[in-house]
Amino acid sequence: MMHHLVIAPIALPMLFACLLMLERSVLPHRRRMLALIGTTLQLVVAVTLLVMTRDGTIWTYQLGEWHPPFGIVLVLDRLAAYMVIISTLLGAAAMLYASNGQDAKGTNFHALFQFQLMGINGAFLTGDIFNLFVFFEILLIASYALLLHSGGRKRTLAGMHYVILNVAASSFFLIAAGTLYGTLGTLNMADLAVKVTHVTERQQGLVEAAALMLMAVFLLKTAILPLHFWLPRAYAAAPGSVAVIFAIMTKVGVYSLLRVYTLIFGDQAGNIAHFAHQWLWCGGIATIAVGALGVFSSPDLRIQISYLTLVSVGTMVAALGMGSVDSYSAVLFYLPHTTFITAGLYLVAEAIGRQRGRAGTRIVKSRRLRQPYLLGTLYFVGTLAILGIPPFSGSIAKVMILTTAHGYQAAWLWGVVLLSTLLGLVSMSRAGTTIFWRAGQDASTRGALLNWRTGGAAIALLSVALLIPLFAYPLSAFTHDIVAQLAAPGHYVEAVLGQAPSLGEAVQ
Amino acid sequence: MEAIFSATIGILTACGIFMMLRGRTLPIVLGMSLMTFATNLFLFSMGRLRIGADGLVGSKLGSIDPVPSALVLTAIVIGFAMTAFVMILAIRARADLGSDHINGSRRKSRHDHRSDPLELDESRGGKR
Repeated sequence: MMHHLVIAPIALPMLFACLLMLERSVLPHRRRMLALIGTTLQLVVAVTLLVMTRDGTIWTYQLGEWHPPFGIVLVLDRLAAYMVIISTLLGAAAMLYASNGQDAKGTNFHALFQFQLMGINGAFLTGDIFNLFVFFEILLIASYALLLHSGGRKRTLAGMHYVILNVAASSFFLIAAGTLYGTLGTLNMADLAVKVTHVTERQQGLVEAAALMLMAVFLLKTAILPLHFWLPRAYAAAPGSVAVIFAIMTKVGVYSLLRVYTLIFGDQAGNIAHFAHQWLWCGGIATIAVGALGVFSSPDLRIQISYLTLVSVGTMVAALGMGSVDSYSAVLFYLPHTTFITAGLYLVAEAIGRQRGRAGTRIVKSRRLRQPYLLGTLYFVGTLAILGIPPFSGSIAKVMILTTAHGYQAAWLWGVVLLSTLLGLVSMSRAGTTIFWRAGQDASTRGALLNWRTGGAAIALLSVALLIPLFAYPLSAFTHDIVAQLAAPGHYVEAVLGQAPSLGEAVQ
Repeated sequence: MEAIFSATIGILTACGIFMMLRGRTLPIVLGMSLMTFATNLFLFSMGRLRIGADGLVGSKLGSIDPVPSALVLTAIVIGFAMTAFVMILAIRARADLGSDHINGSRRKSRHDHRSDPLELDESRGGKR
């Protein structure tokens, strides 16, 4: 009975999205109630899934009792449960924020939002490369519509770039999946992990090409140099509640990289093992550098936060490129911190933009904010946390990543990360000083105040800055457990295929 | 047969990528469609090309692998949906930006950077 819960993070949002599309009343309250019920149920399910995986059990769910490797299979291990709870919490915060009126600015906001959650959760749970593609498409098409929510020139412009790049990436994903199927004869990830150990000399080139194409697609989702150009514009143009849920979209890419390159092309893959690491490492370091320069040169607070997102995904991908168990664990520790704090900062930035009238979020001298102390405090906490200044969450997370670097990698990573932090600190201080202190005497009279919904969402997201340091030990113990499970792909394969795999010995 | 088939895929992909690198939205949409065709053909051929083989299991001539056909069906459906969406978005962009250039019209966008780089003010941004 319990194993049916594995599909709930996909089925529940789909059910509620369909109900929300049927609900055509003019008043938004009923849609909000429905969305609220859906989100609450998803939270309950996500917590249950997390508890179910605590002892290290890997749950599988075969759709329609079609056995793998032929049928579609969902796999719930610790990593999937961890990602699902992060996306659900983020979804709840975005829902709370949107229900203040942003949802009524366009049509079908809540339904699209549920589809988006469905796609994200599906990508975390699927055990099949082709279904990963399908769930990517679901989350993308929902995100295209959400990005354009409530319209406007700049959103159309950013949306156009975002959509075209992602459609092109989808073609590449299909070619990569097709090549994998053509050479290895399967698309099930566990089965691929077994088959890849028996690759012949002739097939090796094709498999490597497919794996590299797959990596290019994931790196586009993660926004790694040189595939990052879409991100600052798209994220800065998105409405606040959508920007919140977009904060996890780059992490879907990080998750896919982690899953595919530990399970399929991990230690046991023989000649093709670890070929990805050098690419990830170089791309990550270059992205941190470009992101830091972007933060330094942004004329607008929201673009600045988008570049901070780039710096953080760069840090994560570089740490993935180091390829040690400890660095994976540090990445998973860093992931919720950067997701929640960036999301919170987008909400703060939107509130600032609303209260400053014509100046918006541009970093120029302008009128006083209506709530300078509340917004100032939130900005202060969020900025220091994302840059990694003690005592907030970023400092612990960054130190964990930095300490896992060794040799020449340590020199590069320490140098680039610390310099990027310095640049970020300088430019974020400049932005904060201009917005909060170099303001005129008269406060603006228009513009929405933060109320319990909008302010509550922002405070809840930014409270992670203090919660992670408080609960650092349990969290890092859990990320270590996750990585211990990832480091032994034999168990995953056994859970999915139901047999003791031949790669078991090679793992340890 | 293999040579013709692979040449077709190659030419379609090359044309698709060339068109996608253009600056206007309509050629880009066409390029995307060509790219989708090429991808579908490619996926289709992953079950190996055979003449006269049966689509069902158990025929005398031997059967082809049914999985690529299933994958192609899914890919075609998703491809159609995406193309339709991009087409609508391109028309919308033409109306919103007053130009079918992918970056909006040059002159207007420079003017825009002076006044409001992001147009995040929803009271003005939401007009249609």
